[in-house]
Amino acid sequence: MSRFAPIVLTLLLGACAGVQTPLSPVGDQASALHSLFMLMMFVCGGVYLVVLTGIIWSVLAARARRRQDAKNGSDKVLSRGLYTAAAVIVAGLTVLIVGSFIADRALIAARDDDAMLVRVTGHQWWWRIEYRDPASRRWIETANELHLPLGRTARIELDSGDVIHSFWVPNVAGKIDMIPGRRNIVDLTPRRVGWFRGQCAEFCGAQHAHMAFDVKVEAPAEFDAWLARQDNPVAAAAPDMPRGMAVFQGVCGSCHNVRGTSAMGRAGPDLTHFASRRSIAAGTLPMTRGGIQGWLAQPQALKPGTSMPTVPLAPSDADAVATYLETLR
Amino acid sequence: MTGARDFEIVGTLANLPTSATGPRHLVWWGNIGFMVIEGTGFALAAAVYLYLMTQTHVWPPKGDVLPGLLWSAIFTVGLLLSEIPNIWVLRCARAKNLAGVRWGTFAMGVIALLLLVPRGFEFAHLGVSWHQDAYGSVIWLLLVLHTVHVVTDWGDTVVLGAWLFTHEVGDDQFADVEDNSNYWTFVVLCWLPVYALIYWAPRAL
Amino acid sequence: MTPDRSLIEQLNGTWRDPPGVWGFLTTVDHKRIAARYIVTAILLMFLAGMLALDMRWQLSVPENTRMTPQLFNESFSLHGSTMLFLVSVPLMEAMAFWLVPLMLGARNMAFPRLGAFSFWLYFGGVLTLWIAHAIDVTPDLGWFEYPPLSGPAYSPGHRADIWAQMITFTEVAALAASVNVAATILKMRPPGMTLARMPVFLWAMLIASIMTIFSMPAIMLVTSMLISDRLVSTHFFSVAAGGDAVLFQHLFWFFGHPEVYLIFIPGTGFVSSIVETFSRRQLFGHSVLVLAILSIGALAFGLWVHHMFAVGLPRLGNDFYTAASMAIAVPAGLQIFCWLASIWAGRTWFPTPMLWVLGFLATFVIGGLSGLMTASAALDLQLTDTYFIVAHLHYVLVGGAMFPLFGAFCYWYPKATGRLMSELWGKVAFGLIVGGFNLGFFPMHILGLMGMPRRVYTYSPGMGWETLNQVATAGSAIAVLGGLVFVANALWSYWRGEPSGADPWGGSTLEWASASPPPAWNLAFTPVVASLTPMWNGGGALSVMDGISVGKREVLVTSVTGAGPLYRQKSAAPSVWPLLAALAVSAMFLGSIFTPWAIPIGTLPIAAALIGWFWPNRPRAKIGPLKAMP
Repeated sequence: MSRFAPIVLTLLLGACAGVQTPLSPVGDQASALHSLFMLMMFVCGGVYLVVLTGIIWSVLAARARRRQDAKNGSDKVLSRGLYTAAAVIVAGLTVLIVGSFIADRALIAARDDDAMLVRVTGHQWWWRIEYRDPASRRWIETANELHLPLGRTARIELDSGDVIHSFWVPNVAGKIDMIPGRRNIVDLTPRRVGWFRGQCAEFCGAQHAHMAFDVKVEAPAEFDAWLARQDNPVAAAAPDMPRGMAVFQGVCGSCHNVRGTSAMGRAGPDLTHFASRRSIAAGTLPMTRGGIQGWLAQPQALKPGTSMPTVPLAPSDADAVATYLETLR
Repeated sequence: MTGARDFEIVGTLANLPTSATGPRHLVWWGNIGFMVIEGTGFALAAAVYLYLMTQTHVWPPKGDVLPGLLWSAIFTVGLLLSEIPNIWVLRCARAKNLAGVRWGTFAMGVIALLLLVPRGFEFAHLGVSWHQDAYGSVIWLLLVLHTVHVVTDWGDTVVLGAWLFTHEVGDDQFADVEDNSNYWTFVVLCWLPVYALIYWAPRAL
Repeated sequence: MTPDRSLIEQLNGTWRDPPGVWGFLTTVDHKRIAARYIVTAILLMFLAGMLALDMRWQLSVPENTRMTPQLFNESFSLHGSTMLFLVSVPLMEAMAFWLVPLMLGARNMAFPRLGAFSFWLYFGGVLTLWIAHAIDVTPDLGWFEYPPLSGPAYSPGHRADIWAQMITFTEVAALAASVNVAATILKMRPPGMTLARMPVFLWAMLIASIMTIFSMPAIMLVTSMLISDRLVSTHFFSVAAGGDAVLFQHLFWFFGHPEVYLIFIPGTGFVSSIVETFSRRQLFGHSVLVLAILSIGALAFGLWVHHMFAVGLPRLGNDFYTAASMAIAVPAGLQIFCWLASIWAGRTWFPTPMLWVLGFLATFVIGGLSGLMTASAALDLQLTDTYFIVAHLHYVLVGGAMFPLFGAFCYWYPKATGRLMSELWGKVAFGLIVGGFNLGFFPMHILGLMGMPRRVYTYSPGMGWETLNQVATAGSAIAVLGGLVFVANALWSYWRGEPSGADPWGGSTLEWASASPPPAWNLAFTPVVASLTPMWNGGGALSVMDGISVGKREVLVTSVTGAGPLYRQKSAAPSVWPLLAALAVSAMFLGSIFTPWAIPIGTLPIAAALIGWFWPNRPRAKIGPLKAMP
């Protein structure tokens, strides 16, 4: 297996087109890293072939020597080989180190100063996402779904609300840790529209596995429209508000925020435009009626350890809340 | 190739002495090994201090009282002066002067015990509790680390002294006195950077 | 001449352990202590391997419910902590304990009781972690427990404390062992074995010991700081009070990176010994190999930040650490060249130990090359904390250290037991382990590149990770099967193997001069060394000296560089004090999990045990004037 591994890998690389992989880069940052990776694969693959050849050759030569009861090989030849090996290793390393530095510089070069600011805060186990509206300079909050305008650089400021997490959208850029008390920055410059996926890459407790988010890269006009929609509060509460809304405000509102209503909790994700998202609970469930109902009914079974408690709702209330949530578009 | 090999005796080690002192002695190297381990511990604790210092703008944090200089000065001077009898004991051990090592070790036990008095007052005058903030935590860490070493060597000295007064003393025990003496010098040397960090870094930097 | 019967009887009498259980508890024989280490570590390797297999089962299908997240997190924490702290490092120490005195022709280690203390304390750490597991207080935050996750706010209970104290146990034991090994190699070499004539194996063990001495204080310090944050509310890692979470990572990896190399470096010692013997020629490039180990040892302390590239530290620093990390490839590459050159230039034959060397070369190089990729500060941002790292670290630790260890086991097995292992079953085990390992771990590189983070207990079906995970699971199962064959072969051969005689392979170094298994006193005389390969003197008699006491326990102490005889040192007899001291230290460590008062109170029994230990056994002073002995 190991002998053919580089070849197998190279074949696989060409065929790969996932939504969460550094192998099909769609961002400037990931592209720079992908080029570096290909350089590394090429150099390291070559070196491995040389070493394998060396092993096989040595074994064959030694067996022949033993069979013919020949004398041991001379140290003089070997010394020459040693110097050659040293030179080859140093040359190879120089290529890799220079390549690595160039890629590192490329990551900085991608930054442009009028970048759009986005603040992402990691929580056990979900993502708070805030956009700064370029016009009003206000922060617009959403959660668990990151939208990026095509061809523009988004500067993501990373923070943590509790433990260390790591922000990773491999198709667009490398990962950077989210550390309490530190403000890290990663720039994302996507070059292709579509849905991608990000996931927490630093072990952060029981539900580290279920801390993902969707990433949508869209045309700038579409993005601007989306952001404007996200900024809107929901319609103010009317006296004849739906039953689901009343239950939600009473039961869920202490942790969740739905702007424009009396649900103003900050502990959990902002749900103002909940139903506009693609998934529930940081990539755990699809955004369907069944998904919503399931999550309301038994969060601890679907994501054991989550801060979302199992709320004892009468079936009709749960149904009403689900209906209400579906209206939050 | 499978049988046991023949031996040819080419000389004898029977004439070698059965003890040694200083770096010739095996235990001296063990002692050095443990000093290197503990010295690395001190160096890393000092690095922790400097690291935490560089992470904040105000050092010590606002509201923290600076550690008192009086008792720490008494301790430091006392510790430095204790090197004089300590080196004298070391010389006695090398000269295999029995009365010297007995009374010298006794004296060192008393001196170390006396030094624990100003050390106690040092803790009382650190100005900040370990659970106040990270600054408090790290100066307590440094002081506790050093105090553990003083107490350990004091205990070692007392036991050694008690043994020396009640038993026949051989070469190996003179070597023990020597090692104990070297260790005390190590404790003294470690204190100087720790002292500078705890008491002078917040004032000077 | 050969030692006559009366000499042997006398030596047996002097070096004999007390019979029965008491002898078991009090022995200071380096071989018995090392054997205990090895048996304990192999049992733990089996247990941790079972955990790994269980995790592979869980991951073989998406959204599997075989394990709860809690159980999965406990499993990888226990697997990693056991393998790193309780298996790899102790096994390397055990090999040093067992082999160093034999290779020096010495009767015991420099500090025999300290050796016993190391084992008992290590065993205390083993019991702490695994009894905690049995009563469901298993650590669940990985083998490095970063705060604030491991801090008092996010990890109530005692799981994190158990982890931190298990480390304190094993590191005190490892530090004591390292001082012991270093002092033995520096001060107890036989006459004529100057530093220049020291086999690569001894260099490797010496350098690994020195690395331990400089690196392990960092982990003891940082786990103590974590414990005090948890126990007495210090604020080393709490941001709100001026502490810093990244400080933990710096200290942890200042230890953690050297640790990886101090597992790998003894492996290079094994490989060097095996290659020399089976190529039937003096190792090519002895000084290159020694310098390579030295430079790896030195560089190891300048690399720790490459575990922290994603932390967001200053870029200039990252450039430095990238270059320094990649520079390791120079000494490592030259080592590989020297071994291959020795194989090529010799009349090499390839029994099982040599197969392990070949398996090591073919596998470890993959780990080294993937290490170059992760050493790049830029590329590491895509690789770190993914399955690529899981693959990489297993390639370097299993391929780079365990394969040489398995080879070493097969190579020195006849010396330890007097019997040969079955070559056939040895080859079967080799094939299963090396094949299964590569089948199991190579796909993980690709999984990482396909975006699979490490330490996830499950994944969703849409990610496309199923097939490779299933291949990985199958490979792991095959490797575990191979491990069972290996152990079965060792057990079977212990009773039924062919008698090996003293020197079945025609080895080059002094351990082959003693009988197999070696008696408690190792060699009857003190060898005199005139070359790097003292056993290859044309088949003539070995030059030795007599004069080390046969009537009492005594060892020869020589000078550090020239190995000139200095004096004869009394060597400690069996004693129960190391066990009692280890018990006292264990009681204090365990108590400190629950209350800080355990530390001052626990000091008293420790002091009592140490006084008992070091109390010299000499006559009471007589009344009247005393004179120092000459």
